[in-house]
Amino acid sequence: MSGTYLGLPSFPDAAHTSTHDTQLRANLTHATHTIRTKRATAINELPDWPQLRTAGAAIKDHTLHHLDHYLLQLETAVTNAGGTVHWATDADEANRITTHIIHTTGETEVVKVKSMATQETGLNEALHTAGIHAYETDLAELIVQLAHDKPSHILVPAIHKNRTEIRDIFHNEMAHWGRPAPDHLTDNPTDLAEAARLHLREKFLRTKIGISGANFMIAETGTLVVVESEGNGRMCLTLPDTLISIVGIEKIIPTFQDLEVFLQTLPRSSTAERMNPYTTMWTGTTTHDGPKNFHLILLDNGRTDTLADTTGRQALRCIRCSACLNVCPVYERAGGHAYGSPYPGPIGAILTPQLRGTTTPLDASLPYASTLCGACYDVCPVAINIPEILVHLRERVAEQGEGHRAERAAMRAATWLLDHPAALSAVERAASATRGLHPARLPLPGPAKAWSDARDLPDVAAEPFRAGWKKARGAGGAPRKDKDTPR
Amino acid sequence: MTHPAHPIRPADPAGSSDPATPSSRDRILARVRAALADRPGSTAGAAGAAEGTAPADPPIPRDYARAHVPDDPASLVDLLATHLADYRAHVHRCTAADLPRTIAELLTAHGSRTAVVPPGLPDGWLRDAADVTTTIGGDDITAAELDRIDSVVTGCALAIAETGTIVLDASPDQGRRVLTLVPDHHVCVVRVPEQVVASVPQALPRLDPVRPLTWISGPSATSDIELDRVEGVHGPRTLDVVLVAPDDAEQPGA
Repeated sequence: MSGTYLGLPSFPDAAHTSTHDTQLRANLTHATHTIRTKRATAINELPDWPQLRTAGAAIKDHTLHHLDHYLLQLETAVTNAGGTVHWATDADEANRITTHIIHTTGETEVVKVKSMATQETGLNEALHTAGIHAYETDLAELIVQLAHDKPSHILVPAIHKNRTEIRDIFHNEMAHWGRPAPDHLTDNPTDLAEAARLHLREKFLRTKIGISGANFMIAETGTLVVVESEGNGRMCLTLPDTLISIVGIEKIIPTFQDLEVFLQTLPRSSTAERMNPYTTMWTGTTTHDGPKNFHLILLDNGRTDTLADTTGRQALRCIRCSACLNVCPVYERAGGHAYGSPYPGPIGAILTPQLRGTTTPLDASLPYASTLCGACYDVCPVAINIPEILVHLRERVAEQGEGHRAERAAMRAATWLLDHPAALSAVERAASATRGLHPARLPLPGPAKAWSDARDLPDVAAEPFRAGWKKARGAGGAPRKDKDTPR
Repeated sequence: MTHPAHPIRPADPAGSSDPATPSSRDRILARVRAALADRPGSTAGAAGAAEGTAPADPPIPRDYARAHVPDDPASLVDLLATHLADYRAHVHRCTAADLPRTIAELLTAHGSRTAVVPPGLPDGWLRDAADVTTTIGGDDITAAELDRIDSVVTGCALAIAETGTIVLDASPDQGRRVLTLVPDHHVCVVRVPEQVVASVPQALPRLDPVRPLTWISGPSATSDIELDRVEGVHGPRTLDVVLVAPDDAEQPGA
């Protein structure tokens, strides 16, 4: 992944700040609760949801297990349909290819459809360095771009802003980028959307290059699919002369028929709609309709590393619906920025450390940005076992991390103790006998202090459990009738 | 900033011309194959990709429903109307004989003075719209010209009742995608019941993926500001859907 977010604080530090931001928490709580209620209603309309979820997971797993086959099939199909396929091993290469294509056309402006892949590669910043202006056209992305901010949610990137903040951003910033906001702009969402419509329409009508990602790529036909709501996607995918799509290699599905699963699960799971307002599908180039030049850039950028992890690879099933964000108690309180990557929330906590590795403090902290409550797994429409991967990644971090030597030493001591029953009994008896003397907290030295400072010690029982068990059931283990507890 | 020379054409699909410096394509494919080392045979199908042979695996479990509603034409049309209206499309019903008058009324009600139509729109649909200047949206009409036109009138490829979706596939009665995108008012005619299917799984086999496809469920909308739904950001802000039944069909009280 790109260096865009490098140097950001680790999750606990960022969350420490964001959880004190009452405006942020109010905006987030309102938004996530609204959408999770609506989502449940939309999904209850489909009694076969479990079967759709199983099928979606199976299609994605099958594709990942034969990814080389489907990549080659896709390349052939796109090429035969008049498109050009490029391969990018990392963010820098994807940005270089994109910049080169744009320079070849002589253009200096591009319009963009909201795309997680280009956030991941830091494309806008790379284009800016190359003298190219990239205009985000999704309303929320426009808000974030005008505010010189970063997105904080996969689906609703400006979820952390309320209407008053957005009015102020439009009022102060639109004139620097093009058509200014109307005088006396109110904070009514209808007026704000109208201001964005006018501001962006002049860009749609003049810009010759569009940049997008894709929700799905169909290997058998070379068809790309973009789902959206506003119509800015249709504008960017239809009006320009040249279209450049930058897509992660995991976005492939084998057949057109497979869309029957994902076009049912994705809209209901993400925006809680029966169907998103607009879906555009295109296959290479079409005479007299849409862009004359189509470039597809297939992006690896850590995905093959993720594929190599037999537990973690299921994260590549993700269809970016963002349902896991909206149910996550940690996301709701910490906000999207605390995750320090384009992918916040539970999916970000497992995807980012796999794509980028766990070498920075931020990336090493992400697998711990969870309570392991499992709500994310329950809502995932492709059944990614996020808690399983979180635990797996914690193990990976613990193996490498300096701060966890104490934990490893403690675990080794505990293992020895549990392997030696006589010693364990002695320790238990000693603990019970001295219980009146135990402090409420045990301030540990060094890196463990942060943990022990925030936690009370549990009360020790008057009698060790195993001693009580023997007393109640006798040495042989048969329950004594007079002590039998009613059920 | 310097720009390293990068070929705008991709490397020869047969592989890198210089074996000493593998292309990014070769490196990614090699990394994929190495990553799948735990799945013996998983990459065996790679050679068959060109021939389109699908890798053999247990079949995908497709025991989900083909549709969630009974396959009754009249109730599907009703459901389509309900779901279109849920997403704030305006739904109208008429018979084929009444279609020109219905379209003319919709254009008048919207205050449209100009309309664009695809070159293959059936004869007579705009017969009664005498007050409206009609342009044929051929291959050369530009987006800037369309931006000055009030309405567009098209047919569709099909409509999906469960989701309230109409699908355009750029057939002659629908035209290029830009026609239904830039004007602010879209009148879309759906022939019922034959163009209505129950569900997404029933829609896909009737569509050709190689044509440019546009699926439309209600007018343009955004929920980006405090999740309040607002209609009409960039596409047409008003979507009128006309469900037109054959002349001999019994008309529900429309």
